Amino acid sequence: MNFPILSAIIFIPLIGAIFVLLTRGNLKNTEKNSKYVAIFSTLVNFFLSVYLWYLFDTTTSDFQFIEEREWINGFINFQLGIDGISILFILLTTFIAPICVFSGISSIKFKIKEFLIAILLMETLMLGVFCSLDLVIFYLFFEGGLIPMFLIIGIWGGPNRVYSAFKFFLFTLLGSVLMLIAIISIYWITGTTDVIKLLDLRIPQEYQYLLWLAFFSSFAVKMPMWPVHTWLPDAHVEAPTPGSVILAAILLKMAGYGFIRFSLGLFPVASDYFTYLIFTLSVIAIIYTSLVALMQDDMKKLIAYSSVAHMGFVTIGIFSLTKQGLEGSIIQMISHGFISAALFLCVGVLYDRFQSRMISSYGGLVHVMPKYALIFMIFSLAALGLPGTSGFVGEFLILVGVFQVSIIVAVLASLGIILAAAYMLWLYRRVVFGRVTNSDLKNMKDLNKTELYIFSSLVILVIFFGFYPDPLFKTVDISVNNLIENYQINLNYHLVQKGN
Amino acid sequence: MQTILYIFPELFLSLSIMIILMVGVFIKKSFKLVNLLTITTLIFTTALVLNQNNETVKIFNDSYIIDSFSILMKTITLLFCILVLFSSKEYVKINNIDKIEYPIIILTSVLGMILMISSYDLIVFYLGLELQSLSLYILASFKRENEKSTEAGLKYFVLSALATGLLLYGSSLIYGFTGSTNFEIISQNLDANNIGAVFGIVFIIIGLAFKVSAVPFHMWTPDVYEGAPTSVTSFFAIVPKIAAIAVFIRFMYVPFLNVIEQWQTIIIFISIASMILGATAAIGQKNIKRLMAYSSIGHMGYALAGLAPGTNDGIQSTIIYLIIYLVMNLGAFGCIFMMKRENIFCENINDLSGMSKNHPILALSFLIILFSLAGIPPLAGFFAKFYIFMAVIKSEMYILAILGLLTTVISAFYYLRIIKIIYFDKPKKPFELNYDWGLKISLILSSVFLLIYFIYPSILVNLISSIKII
Repeated sequence: MNFPILSAIIFIPLIGAIFVLLTRGNLKNTEKNSKYVAIFSTLVNFFLSVYLWYLFDTTTSDFQFIEEREWINGFINFQLGIDGISILFILLTTFIAPICVFSGISSIKFKIKEFLIAILLMETLMLGVFCSLDLVIFYLFFEGGLIPMFLIIGIWGGPNRVYSAFKFFLFTLLGSVLMLIAIISIYWITGTTDVIKLLDLRIPQEYQYLLWLAFFSSFAVKMPMWPVHTWLPDAHVEAPTPGSVILAAILLKMAGYGFIRFSLGLFPVASDYFTYLIFTLSVIAIIYTSLVALMQDDMKKLIAYSSVAHMGFVTIGIFSLTKQGLEGSIIQMISHGFISAALFLCVGVLYDRFQSRMISSYGGLVHVMPKYALIFMIFSLAALGLPGTSGFVGEFLILVGVFQVSIIVAVLASLGIILAAAYMLWLYRRVVFGRVTNSDLKNMKDLNKTELYIFSSLVILVIFFGFYPDPLFKTVDISVNNLIENYQINLNYHLVQKGN
Repeated sequence: MQTILYIFPELFLSLSIMIILMVGVFIKKSFKLVNLLTITTLIFTTALVLNQNNETVKIFNDSYIIDSFSILMKTITLLFCILVLFSSKEYVKINNIDKIEYPIIILTSVLGMILMISSYDLIVFYLGLELQSLSLYILASFKRENEKSTEAGLKYFVLSALATGLLLYGSSLIYGFTGSTNFEIISQNLDANNIGAVFGIVFIIIGLAFKVSAVPFHMWTPDVYEGAPTSVTSFFAIVPKIAAIAVFIRFMYVPFLNVIEQWQTIIIFISIASMILGATAAIGQKNIKRLMAYSSIGHMGYALAGLAPGTNDGIQSTIIYLIIYLVMNLGAFGCIFMMKRENIFCENINDLSGMSKNHPILALSFLIILFSLAGIPPLAGFFAKFYIFMAVIKSEMYILAILGLLTTVISAFYYLRIIKIIYFDKPKKPFELNYDWGLKISLILSSVFLLIYFIYPSILVNLISSIKII
């Protein structure tokens, strides 16, 4: 048997978490050791996943590195496997995790050991979501993430953390239990929860609509789509910086991934039927949340609302069901992973030094923190989709894709880009330019070495993929083609059935 | 003579009870010895029960049955009784309820439960039920100098007597309309046109619902849970539930299966009502024992949901749910036994405030238990619910499934509230940790089981796959 590389990638953080849990000794030693363990395990995991990318065969659309084990007797198998779409999310996760660990080490002041355990657990669960090829296993990982995230927001969060943690937990749980019903129903309708088999099986049309809605309820909350997005700004504002980074960079992508893998793959008829529902909600999300973002005076809230708007683009791209739209959404999700992570880190940098997230507390930072101003500028521009950054590639492709389907939606969505420019540039102007109004700001220190390393790695990726996104396309291309092909075949099959 | 051998465990248990009673009476200050003997007796009885063949045998004119189902349920009863006795040892000592009667009454109630589980005849069933209930009344009011405890005992007695009366009335109706007290003959003579017997079924369901504390016959639960000494509460929450669910399964699926259309709606109603009440009423509770009472009402609702479909899958899911529920409650009460300051056991939820700082490991295991009670994956509590809803959705009872899962979201709120108090609030004075190894073992066992169950969930499925009642 081959080396089970996917299991290794999933469970290395868990093993790391167990080691952190077992560290003993006085406080200083345990903290030091747990930091090393966390850094080591996340970095090893990152390199392992890069190696996985190297091994990955981009010439086939089949699932690769499949592992299968008996789990619940004759009922559900523990099945893992990846294709071109999931591998990008795995890379994103393993890349963001060490950043969270580093940022946690510098910004978390108490219970650092427990914090690292939570982050490592989170990484395991998120990787599990992207690797699992069985609906029940998927659900297990998808929901399991609630526990560490609840604790991260609740223990290390801001003043209003309890409310936000509860809201986050209950919103997501409510959406997800409906998905659980749908998963069980699928089992009884088709006799399996194995995704590979399900993609070939055709779920009878009359069931598809309800099942699609049940899955939608879960993904829409997690994505988050308007009008169930309200947990996100709260959760972001109260979560500690690394928590926000995980939330924005990876957790939201689990829903996008779910839409691509399950909603499109399993319920093509329903996806086709509900396309305009998605378009409407997404357009509202883009315009409405962009306007709301304009009016925020809390930086984190502003970025949180901008995330909702960006995710609106993603859902439009996914359901445009064109090659450009789908690939654009995947690139957009990856690039939003980098950019939103970086923006939250930028706010975190200020918050660590000045204990305020209010825009009005700052001004003229360019005079005090020039390096910071540069970094912040790059990411602000990337967030508004400036050509040459990865943000542009995704948004452009999504618009190209959706233009083929509906011109109105494309026009309305592109309004979002203008609004994004408005709120990002305005935010940047108020925080960085102008005079130093607040005299306390004069003592602010510029970025230190660790922060500089973290940011520069993100800058390199954002600009690299902005100019040369080809590696990403190469990886997803054949899987996306296959997905669209299957979708069309399935759809036609059902249409013919209906005709008869 | 051959038939006597089949009830050897029961005989052994009853003889031991008498001997232990003599030991207790004639040797002064013999609580420790009696306790030890009780636990040994339970262990030996478990061994004897496990030693029995898995073949189905009916003895004493078909009034007593020994099959794989009864053996499993008896084993669980005895094992959890041992664990409960272990974990409450310290509590019993500190609260001055270490009288010799205490373990002996527990033994008699266990004997009653074992008779109930194996009964295949209305009369034998009633005898077992009464033996068990009478012992439980005494246990509830065991701390007799305490007002609340006596109140709990009295309340339990009055309400339970009423429920038992109804149950007896139902039995007599069934006997009158089917002509027998034997389960198999009842099942042959029962059909939907037999209105009198259907009436009898309703009364019997009322009696059984009272025993498992399902809505609307749950009124006694919060008061008794709160009033009785915690050691007794933990016993109430765990051990009698096994026998009650076992009897529930036996009644519904042996004598009453022919008329499933008649009682299915009742079970669905009881189940939904219990889930909703369990989820909503617990939100405002301040006393952790009261909260556990409502939580157990809700959990019984889920367990009963597995009985509604009338399939083997349903029964198996109920048994799995029951086992995981028992483990969770064992752990939860283990944590409650740990809440001790200056030799007084705290019961207010706010006393847990900031426990994570003073007792990180205890807080962690409480966290696991609470998330598992809420049914969040990948903890064992999720699988319990998963199996139940598998069975329910297979029979296309979507409303039951949707309501059931929505109530899990509501009930998650109050479990989260406890977690919030433990993890997010400011620490209070630390507890005096209890280093009694019995308590520690049961706490560690339950939290580790809940945590790692997901690695190999087949274990319980395999255990119960041989059980076929229908």
